[in-house]
Amino acid sequence: MSIDIETARRVAKLARIKVEDDDLPALAGEFNAILGFVEQLNEVDVEGVEPMTSVTPMRLKRREDVVTEGDQADKVLANAPDAREGFFAVPKVVE
Amino acid sequence: MLDLTYETPKPKVIAGATGDWELVIGLEVHAQVASKAKLFSGASTQFGAEPNSNVAFVDAAMPGMLPVINEFCVAQAVRTGLGLQAEINLVSAFDRKNYFYPDLPQGYQISQLYHPIVGEGEVLVSMAPGVARKVRIERIHLEQDAGKSIHDMDPHMSFVDLNRTGVALMEIVSRPDIRGPEEAAAYVVKLRQILRYLGTCDGNMQNGNLRADVNVSVCRPGDYEKYQETQDFSHLGTRCEIKNMNSMRFIQQAIEYEARRQIAILEDGGAIDQETRLYDPDKGETRSMRSKEEAHDYRYFPCPDLLPLEIEQAWVDDIEASLPELPDAKLVRFVADYGMTEYDAGVLTADVESAAYFEEVARGRDGKLAANWVINELFGRLKKEDHDITESPVTAAQLGQIIDLISADTISGKIAKDVFEITYTTGRDPEEVVENEGMKQVTDTGAIEAAVDQVIADNPAQVEKAKENPKLAGWFVGQVMKATGGKANPKAVNQLVAQKLGL
Repeated sequence: MSIDIETARRVAKLARIKVEDDDLPALAGEFNAILGFVEQLNEVDVEGVEPMTSVTPMRLKRREDVVTEGDQADKVLANAPDAREGFFAVPKVVE
Repeated sequence: MLDLTYETPKPKVIAGATGDWELVIGLEVHAQVASKAKLFSGASTQFGAEPNSNVAFVDAAMPGMLPVINEFCVAQAVRTGLGLQAEINLVSAFDRKNYFYPDLPQGYQISQLYHPIVGEGEVLVSMAPGVARKVRIERIHLEQDAGKSIHDMDPHMSFVDLNRTGVALMEIVSRPDIRGPEEAAAYVVKLRQILRYLGTCDGNMQNGNLRADVNVSVCRPGDYEKYQETQDFSHLGTRCEIKNMNSMRFIQQAIEYEARRQIAILEDGGAIDQETRLYDPDKGETRSMRSKEEAHDYRYFPCPDLLPLEIEQAWVDDIEASLPELPDAKLVRFVADYGMTEYDAGVLTADVESAAYFEEVARGRDGKLAANWVINELFGRLKKEDHDITESPVTAAQLGQIIDLISADTISGKIAKDVFEITYTTGRDPEEVVENEGMKQVTDTGAIEAAVDQVIADNPAQVEKAKENPKLAGWFVGQVMKATGGKANPKAVNQLVAQKLGL
């Protein structure tokens, strides 16, 4: 798999990261280096091997259905660039 | 399983300029899990709270916060799967669906793309007595809901409330087995009914607790059968997805409009673009959501914050053992045990509260009479005031008393309606009302005879006419009933009138 400049531009846009046109070729190159590294893994035969999801034998931790948090709108909004009447206020987004 | 024999409904056919077209529809229903806390945080799910008051730091995606799954939400998804006769996957896993939107602070939704918790199941959608469509369920997965954006509070700003962010949803995905707008609505109604029986989702569409994305395509007659034979989608037309509908009426209107739009394009020699569309109920049309197109590249990957979700078969078995009797089984039993029609059984089993109310009224009594009173009198009266069964001022025990009073010939069916009205408006017990208001039926033939004699004596001209036209006997019966305040036993009055007039 090879990443061209257009794909690099698209990935940057989807991730909402601004990349100048001049920097795109270098970015595409880095992507290709990473993918090339990962693709080496394809050489390993993993037929019949369970995917390892954790290095320790752990079971997914669970919670009871109990309300333990809330009523902290002031804290939730504390870092918001703009908040009004308890809401986050953002530039208008309408479909 | 239940022996439910039924015919398959005909697909909806739209006549085009170049021949007939058929509809093919699949639905993705998002059902909010009935739980106290969210899927991955301890914040409340309560509807209508102050903005951003039901928000944990996990929901707000504060750096370093980690999701911890709510076990009850998992149980609810399993319960739903069992209720839809679906396979339960003992190992499932969570993935990140990445996109940017102000009401999604994480920048991704935690969902289950590759390994959903519930696999294939089915729903039987009844269209008329004896006619039903079996709709296959492809999968159910657990995922987080997004927050809510409000666009009309300020001309330049959108306001975001994260109270709904992270609430657990079950996405119930059907196969494209639905063949018309009415079937689509009936499918949602049936799904909602099952969810409410199970208690896994309250089904409140107004609050957005149940909403549907509808996939619509059109094809020529015969193509769909080829698809069903081969499961090869190339026999079907290109589909469009209409997003986020929360009313049965809009679902039907949107499908109807969308099918006609696609047919018009195809008949003009055009092609359908696979896209996401939005239904505008004011204009009655669907329109493209172009902004969503780019976002469609969701770059799913396994969520590194969560281990796979492993559950035990014994736990699933415990949940299965706790399932209530479901609508299809209840309907069959009502028809068999109470001798009612499938239609009446459908009305009484529409929701679990109505069914329970009816069974309490019917216990030890005439089932048909009980069904009649619950459906015609009680439901009719409740509907008049836009109340549902849980708001009934007449308890099941009270309605049972009325039926006992009729069965014992203590009151006539006509008087029973008056008693019912008094109980409905005042809450007084029927037995007490009948006793204290002197509404007992007069079965004493002596008293009835006296009343009949009196009417005959007062109306000699009518008597003469009645001898020529026996139909006039009814007039005498009416007069006697009036004279006795409606309390005379109608059967006794009929007999005595006929006898005295020599008919």
